[in-house]
Order: sequence, then structure tokens, then C-alpha cells
Amino acid sequence: MTILTETKDGPLVLTPDQIEELGKALDELRARVVADLGDRDREYIYSIIKAQRGFEIAGRGLMYLGFLPPVWLAAVGALSVSKILDNMEIGHNVMHGQYDWMREPDLNSREFEWDTVCPAEQWRHSHNYMHHTFTNIHNKDRDIGYGILRMDESQQWNPLRLGQPLYAFALMMLFEWGVMGHDLEVENIVRGRRSWGEIKKLVKGQWRKAGKQVLKDYLIFPALTGPLFASTLAGNVTANLVRNVWAYSIIFCGHFPTGVQTFTEEETAEETRGEWYVRQMLGSANISGSRLFHIMSGNLSHQIEHHLFPDLPANRYPEMAPEVRALCEKYGLPYNTGPLSKQVASVWWKICKLALPPSLVSSESAPSVIVMRQQKATEVGV
Amino acid sequence: MVDLVDMVQTLTTPHPLDRYLELIRPTLTARRLRAEVTHVRRSTPGSVTLTLRPTRQWRGHTAGQYIQIGVVIDGVRHTRCYSPVNPEGRREKHIQLTIKSHTGGLVSQHLYQHAAPGMVVDLEPAAGTFALPETRPERILLISGGSGITPVLSMLRTLAGEGYQGELTFLYYAKSPVLVPHRAELDAIAQAHNNFRIELRYPGRHAADELEPVTIRSCTEISGAGYFDYDELERVAPWFAEAQTFVCGPQALMDAVRKVYEAEQLGDRLHTEEFTLNFAPVDDTDVHGTVSFSASGVSAANSGTTLLEQAEAAGLSPEYGCRMGICFSCTAVRRTGCTRNVRTGETNSDPDQPIQLCINAPVGDVEIDV
Repeated sequence: MTILTETKDGPLVLTPDQIEELGKALDELRARVVADLGDRDREYIYSIIKAQRGFEIAGRGLMYLGFLPPVWLAAVGALSVSKILDNMEIGHNVMHGQYDWMREPDLNSREFEWDTVCPAEQWRHSHNYMHHTFTNIHNKDRDIGYGILRMDESQQWNPLRLGQPLYAFALMMLFEWGVMGHDLEVENIVRGRRSWGEIKKLVKGQWRKAGKQVLKDYLIFPALTGPLFASTLAGNVTANLVRNVWAYSIIFCGHFPTGVQTFTEEETAEETRGEWYVRQMLGSANISGSRLFHIMSGNLSHQIEHHLFPDLPANRYPEMAPEVRALCEKYGLPYNTGPLSKQVASVWWKICKLALPPSLVSSESAPSVIVMRQQKATEVGV
Repeated sequence: MVDLVDMVQTLTTPHPLDRYLELIRPTLTARRLRAEVTHVRRSTPGSVTLTLRPTRQWRGHTAGQYIQIGVVIDGVRHTRCYSPVNPEGRREKHIQLTIKSHTGGLVSQHLYQHAAPGMVVDLEPAAGTFALPETRPERILLISGGSGITPVLSMLRTLAGEGYQGELTFLYYAKSPVLVPHRAELDAIAQAHNNFRIELRYPGRHAADELEPVTIRSCTEISGAGYFDYDELERVAPWFAEAQTFVCGPQALMDAVRKVYEAEQLGDRLHTEEFTLNFAPVDDTDVHGTVSFSASGVSAANSGTTLLEQAEAAGLSPEYGCRMGICFSCTAVRRTGCTRNVRTGETNSDPDQPIQLCINAPVGDVEIDV
């Protein structure tokens, strides 16, 4: 990694020894938490599951009184909360293998399915493997722009980018469908890098999974409320929208606010464990908030901790955060965090700014870090 | 019923219906088999007898079969195999397990110390081919030792219950009379059935030691005599060549019986159940190469132990159950390389074959999908 920017005291340079030390400190933190996993974590995830099921049943039940506007709102609220918990604190984290150590078949990363149109198996590939291995590396991490957005200055601008705020808005509203389509890499098919044949099997799996979701939310449950069909349908559509907007916002705040670094393949070739940790820290951003807020964001508000330790139970991230932050301070690394409003505004500002041709906007020099490699200090970018 | 469950599951998709029902009560399940401990008895030192009430999906067991139960210890679900000791029967609505707490036995010690009525365990249907033939043979010889008594006891009780008229001998080895599980019941069975001969052996005890007074003494108990051999067999079951013989116990006992039967060319009349695995010592020259756990991206130098142990040593936690090669919980696909079955010594190098991690050790480089 060889990116350089001036900090107010000059460029921040990390020596190979410092990086190794930092890596060891993080390994130790990890080992301590792993050794401590037990009943508490088990009870935590089951309490979240219980809450999610409760909200779901309440939401579905209240739809039968959906002709009363306040009840309809409450039903939508409960169902939205249920879907958010299912997707974020339960689904996302379980499928990361955070609870595999419990050897509980229902909470096994290979078995779990979540309440969204994207088949778990495909998400594990596009997210657990692709995004978490190649975090913020250009042309490798497909989460940079999700194939439709220009989220970094090094992505080429063209006139179609002018519509970017619209595309981003559409992606936000239809987020679950965007996540579903992610593994298809449609833009690579358009560019001729991927054949239609390759995606046939994926589409089949999506058809099966999405079909069931659509049937449940948009046909069976509305039909079960009889004369209230339209009101229940509208309620279910709204709950899915709320979940989409929330998930999109939390996820975009994890990697795209001002101050997050991106990397090139050359910089990250043959990374050491310590260098991998540093990239995860520099490429992620947190959101500050209350305990309830962290739970509702699936603890992705602790995106930095999540990227350092993607397979540790998410309820541990808040406890680990002060130590990670102290390590960042010790080595002068940025620990990118802020309230939701600030991070969301920062993301939308970036979406709008990068929609414009580079000649119109000032290039922003993000606070970056020089990471010296074991063999030789590289000077690329200096 | 099944169709109804499927219909309801359309509403709970993508989660199975049981994921909702179990929140009300863990034993309220549409599909998942579980059991609740209803009775706990600690009669012999170091062992515990549990009575389980399974959920309605339970289809009973055949005497000699085993079941797999899952118990949560410190947040982690551990599964182990045990043979029910109660007689088989279609209408049998409960399961009785007698579990000896082994030193270092995580699950057996946990159950010995903490099992209490109300505890709910995961359950798998009964399995295993170690069982009495449906048409009962005219002569039956049961041999067992230590905790190997469990499947054989179920056979004995089944035969007693159905009024078996043939000739039967049960030969059992233990360290001392107090360590014989269900000893009073063995006595009662021996007394009630003239055609049953129950012989208890305590080879390690001094011959002159007084046996604890038991009200009835219908079992023959001998202290200080030797371990199993041909003469002993001749003495207790001179008709053994015409019998079907069922053996379960420590490796030394199994080996001794097998040796006699092979010498007599009676191998096809001998039925055995392995309870403990005696790993063949690994030849030092065998141990080389690298084991790659491809699904986790971890590799380690081959240490000569089983793939399951090597995976765990490498920090992975693959699923496993019995750890002795019977339940197939730990099955994973071997992509490339050669593995040796530590029970049989057989080697195999067919690519992309599912193998059991707990009883296969790598021979040289192996890539396994874990």
C-alpha cells in the first residue's frame, strides 16, 4: 500500500515493524474474544431472533386491523423492524459464520436463509468472499459502486454518470433486488467479460428464492386478510421499502463516507496479515449511536470492527471498538466515525459530486497513509 | 399433516415452521425430532440413567441400535451417540439411556453432573445395523464389557420381554459388582427366565473378595477369573458355534472374541459394535505433506492425526458427531490426495469423494473441502 497524503504533521508513514505490531495486537484481541465465546453470545442471538419473530407476528396480525390508519402504521412499523432485524443482526451476521461455533444447524452459515429476495448462497459469494476479501480494491471489490455508481475518483467519468443521484435513489428503493442481482455481474456481461451461460444457474436460484418472497408478501398474506387485500399489500410493500432504505443507508455509510480509502491491486499484492488489517481499517467507516441503533444496523455501525473480524459475533463489536480505536490512535490511523446524519450526508454528497465531470469538481485528497512494505519502502504516489 | 406443514411454511418462508414453534416450547416441533428428559437416576457410581420423552416424530429403535443426541454446553451444541438400554417396541414412547461419565468425556460428564428433568436435547432417529434378526435365532450369545453393555442390554430386555424360548447366554465383564449397570434387573431377568444364563465377571478383583449381598443371586458372578478366552466361551456357551453372537465392549475384549471366532471360522455368526476407537499408531514415515482445508483457505502440515483433529488444531470447527465413524456428521468432500481409514487401514485416493473426517487421516498432501 503506497498512498500518501499530507496530514497536518506531514505524511503518516507506518513501518513494517509497526504494522506487524498492530497486526499482533489485533490477533490477540481476536483470540481473547474467541476464547470467551459462550452462553452469553448464544443467549444474545436467540433473544434477537425471538424479538424478530415477535415483531413479525405482530406486524402480520395487525394488518387485519389495517383499515384503522394508526394500526396500519403500527403494522408496517413492526413488520419493517422484523425485516431489518432478520436481514441485518441475524441474516448478515449468521451467514458470515459468526455463530458457526455454536454448531447449531439453524444458525449455520451454510444453511441459513434470510427474508429477502437474494438467495443466501449467492450473497455469501458476492459479499463474504468477494467484498470481504478484496475490500475497497479497485476492480476487485464489486461493492465499490455496485457496478452502477461512480463512488471513487479513480473510476472513469462519462456523461451517463450525470444521472447518478437518480440511479442511487433507485438502488436505495429497490435495494434487495440490487443485492440479488449483485452476483450476476450484469455490467461484466454488457462489457462482454462474462457469458450469459454463466449466469443461468444464478438466475434459476434467484427465481426460486424471489418467487417465494413475492408470493408470501404480495399475494398470500394480503389474500389472507380478505377484503383488506389492498391495504395489506400496501403495508407489506412499504415494510420492504423501509427495510431497503435502511439497509442501503447503513451499508453505504460503511465504506463511502469522506475519508475512506480505496486501494489498487498493485498496492495490495502479497499483503501480510498486518497489512490486510490496515486496509480493512482504512477502507471502512463506523456510525456512532445508541445500543438500539447498533442492533438495528446489525452492528454494521461497527463496520471497522466487522471488517477486521467478520466472523466474530456482532454483539462483541461494541466491546471491541474502544480497543480498536485506541490502537488507531496509537499508530495515528484515522478511525472514521460519526453520527448517521453526518455519514449519510457525506455519502450523498459524494454520489452527487462524482456524478459531475472531474474538471468541474475539486479533487479531494483523502487523509491517506503510507504503508511501508517489508522489503522496501515504496514511493509510488509520493 | 405434512402438506399442512408445507402450506404453513410458505407463510414462514424462508424459515422453517419449527423456528417459530420452538420459541413457544422447544418440544413443540412440526419436523424436528427432540426429546425431553423426564427422569434422572444415578444408581451406579459414575453413571447416570436418563429417561427421555421424544417428540411425536420418534419411530422407536431396534435393540442394539444407537441414537445421536445434541446437548448445549457453554453455548456450543455437542452431539454424541448412545445406545438406548430399554427394550425395542413399536409402541415404545420413551428412550432410556445409561451413560458412563468418562474422564475427559465432555458430554458424558456434563450429563452426569447436570442432567435434570425438563432438559431438552436434540435427537436423531435410531440408526445402526447392530441388531437382532427379526426372526430370532434359536441360540443367542451376548458378550460385552464396561459401557458396551448398553446395546446388548436392550437386546436382553427385548428378548426377556417377548418371552424368548431359545437358549441365551449373556457374558459381561466389569471392574466390580457396584459398577454393573442395572444389576438388580439382570438378576430379576435371570430369575424369571430359566433359559437365560447371565454370567458377570470381575477379572480385576481378588477372588476372595466378598460380593456385596444381593437379595437374589440368580446371576453367576465370578471375581478374579481371567479375561475372555476359548475355555471361558466353552464353559458358558458350549453351543456357541450354532448361535448368533453379539459383542460390544472395549477393544481388548472385541479383539479376543474376534480371534476365537476367526480361528473357528465363525466370523459370519459374529456381530460387533465398536464403542471406542483404537487408532492404529501412525508410522512416522507416513507423516508428510500438507493438508489444505480449501473452504476456509487454511492449510497446515500433516500431523498424522485424523482430518477432524487436524482441522480443529488449525482453528476450524467442522461439524462432527460421534467422532468414531458411525454418524457421518463430519462428512466432507476430499478434493484431491490420499487418505487412510484409521479403522481399517485402507487407503483411498478417488477425487471428489465424501469422506468422514473423524476416521480418516491424510497420507501426504490432501485437499479437503472444509
